[in-house]
Amino acid sequence: MIGEESDDLREGVRQLCRRFPTEYWRRCDQEKKYPEDFVGAMTEAGYLAALIPEKYGGSGLGIHEASVILEEINRAGGNAAQCHAQMYTMGTVLRHGSDAQKSWWLPGIADGSIRLQAFGITEPGAGSDTTQLETTARRKGSTYEIRGQKIFISRVQHSDYLLLLARTTPIDRVSRRTEGLSVLMVDLRNALKHGLSVQPIDTMINHETNALFFDDVPVPVEYLIGEEGEGFSYILDGLNAERILIAGECLGDGYFFMDRSTAYARERVVFGRPIGQNQGIQFPLARAYAHLRAADLMRVRAAERFDRQEPSGEDANLAKLLASEASWEAANAAIQTFGGYGFATEYDIERKFRETRLFQVAPISTNLILTYIGEHVLQLPRSY
Amino acid sequence: MKILVMVKQVPDTATRIRVGGDGASIASDGIKWVINPYDEFAIEEALQIRERLHGEVVVVSVGPQRVEEAIRQTLAMGVDRGVHVKTDVALDSYQAAAALAAVARQETFDLILTGKQAVDDDAAQVGPLMSVLLEVPQVTVVLKLSINPDTQRLIAERELEGAIEVVELPYPAVITAQRGLNEPRYPTLPNIMKAKKKEIRVELLESLGIDVVPKVRITALTEPPARPVAKILTGDPLEAAEQLVNLLHHEAKVL
Repeated sequence: MIGEESDDLREGVRQLCRRFPTEYWRRCDQEKKYPEDFVGAMTEAGYLAALIPEKYGGSGLGIHEASVILEEINRAGGNAAQCHAQMYTMGTVLRHGSDAQKSWWLPGIADGSIRLQAFGITEPGAGSDTTQLETTARRKGSTYEIRGQKIFISRVQHSDYLLLLARTTPIDRVSRRTEGLSVLMVDLRNALKHGLSVQPIDTMINHETNALFFDDVPVPVEYLIGEEGEGFSYILDGLNAERILIAGECLGDGYFFMDRSTAYARERVVFGRPIGQNQGIQFPLARAYAHLRAADLMRVRAAERFDRQEPSGEDANLAKLLASEASWEAANAAIQTFGGYGFATEYDIERKFRETRLFQVAPISTNLILTYIGEHVLQLPRSY
Repeated sequence: MKILVMVKQVPDTATRIRVGGDGASIASDGIKWVINPYDEFAIEEALQIRERLHGEVVVVSVGPQRVEEAIRQTLAMGVDRGVHVKTDVALDSYQAAAALAAVARQETFDLILTGKQAVDDDAAQVGPLMSVLLEVPQVTVVLKLSINPDTQRLIAERELEGAIEVVELPYPAVITAQRGLNEPRYPTLPNIMKAKKKEIRVELLESLGIDVVPKVRITALTEPPARPVAKILTGDPLEAAEQLVNLLHHEAKVL
């Protein structure tokens, strides 16, 4: 199967993941616990610093390698979403931060002493329609005061900083609605003492996510990333990387389902023969595998173009769309193959089934990718 | 402290082994190759000794091209460099030990570490044979190792059935590792990156002057007989126990 090429990077991640068998992930899921030990091991082994340049203590690798790391976590039955943000949220700081900001934060993010895994964009009144967000950052002397609400902000309780998108110029005073938004680093420990409150949201999967309420939270002006008012473009240019990384996680899930279901279908005997001999079981698995492979090729292509700094918007979006659909197809084939056992928690299928469903909703909904393809690739009129 | 670690690449224990077409070797297609698990304890011990006493850890492995991958993995764990004795011929324990001993003579060493046995043929010969060929003392099945560099002596604890034997000896020596000696580390990303630049010296088996006529020949391999379907007794414990006694008496005839 594809993805089995045992290059050193994959093998390294697999060795680490073997220390955290699926029982570990099952327990975390059942107790809704953050996989502290796993994330600690990943940090210590340097994998979460893969994208940070060597001069700031990382390994300076590309998106391709990073997406393979996340893929292998999910293929081993884990859930990379618990730590992927530590890998790439810093990208905004790396690309747009000042030299001083990079020296403050990046070495700590690389060694794990600073956890930057929360990204505050979504609001109750502004989901996919980001420019409508209402959280404001008002300049007052040497600080910005943050006021507003954010929702579905993940890992806040396991992060030291939050990267925040807020409006610095009111929407009626800018010529384009994409203007007037700014990116700020928020020191969460400090903010919690000065007007930030966090309300956890219980969800279908073990994914710590929260509603945030900012009540005039002060943030030093030195924590503004890049130029005031240019924040929206900074967020946009991190999205292709995110799409490719998430495609890696989808593929990892897909291969997990394939590994488990093919093994089960070979062994499980019903009516005197292995169920995998039945075309009703075999064909859905074969079809899901074909779709996974196709999505994998698109992921590789997108990653290679991204790492060569060529335009990769189309490929990155296609990779995420195809990979998330292929992993969901594999999930369905797997739960059908396992029958009743697919619903029993000890087989891990139901947990991964729930986890992989998220990818069609977040970090971007499938419909929004389709609008991108329609408008920007196919040159059709904007649909929204 | 210069430590040589002798490593063998073996089929993953989870791989389903099939007998090859010649009836005397295993079919190699579809096999996932891994480092012999006991050798991993030897590597970890060598790395820990280097962390305490400084020096160099060199891995030596014999086999075809694919063995390079195993050596590369040890480099990613932190081993300094590798020597690959390249051959496509399957060697017996004596030939392998002779090849490794030849490399050890070239390299010179304070300590040779290896696994107590390889999980493919379970022969447990290579460690002891090397010690004989190199005329140095050996301790096998070691659970604990301490080194005194001032007196150039080792204290090793080895596993016996139901007892631990403590052995003191001078080094250079050969030590074979047992499970429990330590917990092998996994590679870190920076070490995986560094491993790509580390040296693997290739030595052709022919150039080592080893007698290639094997002392042991495998004449046939057969797969174990298929296990009969198990019977599972269900129901009331009292009834199940009765059924069990019945079956043991009448069917299995052991009672």
